[in-house]
Amino acid sequence: MKPIIQITQLSKKYKDAEMYSLSDFSLSIYEGQIFGLLGPNGAGKTTLISMLCGLVKPTSGSFSIDDLSYAKNSSEIKKIIGVVPQEYALYPTLTARENLLYFGSMYGLKGNDLKEKVIESLDFLGLLKFADKRIETFSGGMKRRINLIAGILHNPKVLFLDEPTVGVDVQSKNAIIDYLKKLNKNGTTIIYTSHHLSEAQDFCTDIAIVDRGKIYAEGTPNNLIASTANARNLEDVFIALTGKELRDDI
Amino acid sequence: MSVYKEFLLLKRDIGGVVILFIMPLVLIITVTLIQDSTFKTVSDAKIPILLVDNDNGNVSKTVFDNLQKSNIFTVVTKINDEQLTESSAKEAVFKGKYQLAIIIPEKLSADLQSKIDQNVEKITASLGMTDTLAKAEKTTVVNQKEVKLYFDPAVQMSFKNAVMSSIDKMISQIETKSIYATFQAQLGEETTSFEQKSFITFKEIVPKVNNEEIIPNSVQHNVPAWTLFAIFFIVIPLSINIVKEKSQGTFVRLRTNPVPNVIVIAGKTITYLIICMIQFYMMILVAIFLFPHIGLPSLNVEGNLFLMSIVALFSGFGAIGFGILLGTIAKTQEQSAPFGATSVIILAAIGGIWVPVFAMPKMMQLIAQSSPMNWGLNAFYDVLLRHGSIVDILPEISLLFLFFIITTTIALQYDKKKRAV
Repeated sequence: MKPIIQITQLSKKYKDAEMYSLSDFSLSIYEGQIFGLLGPNGAGKTTLISMLCGLVKPTSGSFSIDDLSYAKNSSEIKKIIGVVPQEYALYPTLTARENLLYFGSMYGLKGNDLKEKVIESLDFLGLLKFADKRIETFSGGMKRRINLIAGILHNPKVLFLDEPTVGVDVQSKNAIIDYLKKLNKNGTTIIYTSHHLSEAQDFCTDIAIVDRGKIYAEGTPNNLIASTANARNLEDVFIALTGKELRDDI
Repeated sequence: MSVYKEFLLLKRDIGGVVILFIMPLVLIITVTLIQDSTFKTVSDAKIPILLVDNDNGNVSKTVFDNLQKSNIFTVVTKINDEQLTESSAKEAVFKGKYQLAIIIPEKLSADLQSKIDQNVEKITASLGMTDTLAKAEKTTVVNQKEVKLYFDPAVQMSFKNAVMSSIDKMISQIETKSIYATFQAQLGEETTSFEQKSFITFKEIVPKVNNEEIIPNSVQHNVPAWTLFAIFFIVIPLSINIVKEKSQGTFVRLRTNPVPNVIVIAGKTITYLIICMIQFYMMILVAIFLFPHIGLPSLNVEGNLFLMSIVALFSGFGAIGFGILLGTIAKTQEQSAPFGATSVIILAAIGGIWVPVFAMPKMMQLIAQSSPMNWGLNAFYDVLLRHGSIVDILPEISLLFLFFIITTTIALQYDKKKRAV
């Protein structure tokens, strides 16, 4: 199988930082995978996703998405990826519909196609009756769902999700996960970061455990559990690989 | 769609809209009303000044009459029904109750006359017209006289200079008249009267349009200046808009979608240019239609509106470029808002909005050349007061557009570099 994302010896050292956030990082992610990037705070997950989305430039190394090298085809790559950032990247004073119409238009969607896509997505995530309410009046769970829709309106080939279920209730979390599974079934490859290890165990087809800018282990959740002594679940694997020490860093 | 989104964001921020459209109108009305009196020959509000007359002669009477006749001052000689003395006048002025006290010394009229008599006698004697020996025994030494002026310490230097200059002129006229009168008496030619009117007079030649003289008034000066000031205040909401996008996270979406940053910036530029032009036309409408109802002259834009619109448009470009740069560099609203407000005031100050550039120190005159507000103001004055053409304003509007290009390019490059950290 051909990888949809090919990362080759990617490194990132921020200005004034003592250590590399990501060091000689190589990884292949295949089409149709739901790939979980798991790791403690400061492991390099967000740095990796930020580089793959074009928000941060690598110090060295390269990567390609769908056979397009980012160095040469950044604008082409941006057309086929979707990004759901950890923060609510929405205009609070605009309504849900206005936000989605605007962000959809940025991917070249327009007219009735865009309007119908917005209605369909809002309906699937139970938000259609709130379409014309301002985002600032929404609960955290509702904002998370709108945040997700804003990243997938253009049916991206690859979707990057940075902790998409953080701070939401169980109902919202389930709605988000169900929607993501539907997207994946329709052909979207998902790259996902989370600290909810049980959620990742159920949701992801493949996982890489990352720490200190390097991959510690990679495989399916079941294989990772099976290959770690005394591990009953992904959390045991995670602790065995990354240790119990606190990761407070400024 | 970007333009539509920017308009929606503004529409949902009523406070911001009020600041954008109402405050410039309040500003222009207030400032023009205040500054109008300096352009008027007849002012409604006269400044009360204290006069202590220790002379009680012709000179003090003339000073009193001239001051009373002036359109600027009313003369006060008593406070609480008590005749003023030097010390009471000094105390009242230094406490800020009055802005000025004039103390006329004792025997000013008599001593001035004695001095003139002596000088005239010397001249006539040298011409052999009088008996020098007979007069010599009467000659006494007349010391120089001093008219004291006390100013409120809070009074500005320009006001002090204007008052001192007009009092100096008044006293010179009195001296001249006395000299002529003494000569007349000395020559014994009662019937011959000297022409005492000033031989040299001044006439201001003002520009003419269709053979009609166009006399600038406060409105013609103030409306362009304060319109420009208001246009530049767009720096604040625009920079806050950009900083908010960064703090809300929408910036991440804008950077990860296929639309180039330059298109996003173009959306903001178009939106805020439209706002600038609406502001401009609102201020022009107020100056034309509202001003005559509040005692101000109406703004005369006859034949100049198109060129004025061009100047406003390019000034808008300058302001927007600055706003984009500030919003890109600032990390928080706490940085962008105060810096934006202060820098606009500084640009206005060095640009000649308050004090004309020609009245500034040489160093500041040089610095003024670098203020976009100075370019905009000069272009407005070229159109409105000097009746220039598009060719005349071309250098200024080119500079304003260049300023927009440079600031926007720096902002785009800064943003790009920041992502490479």
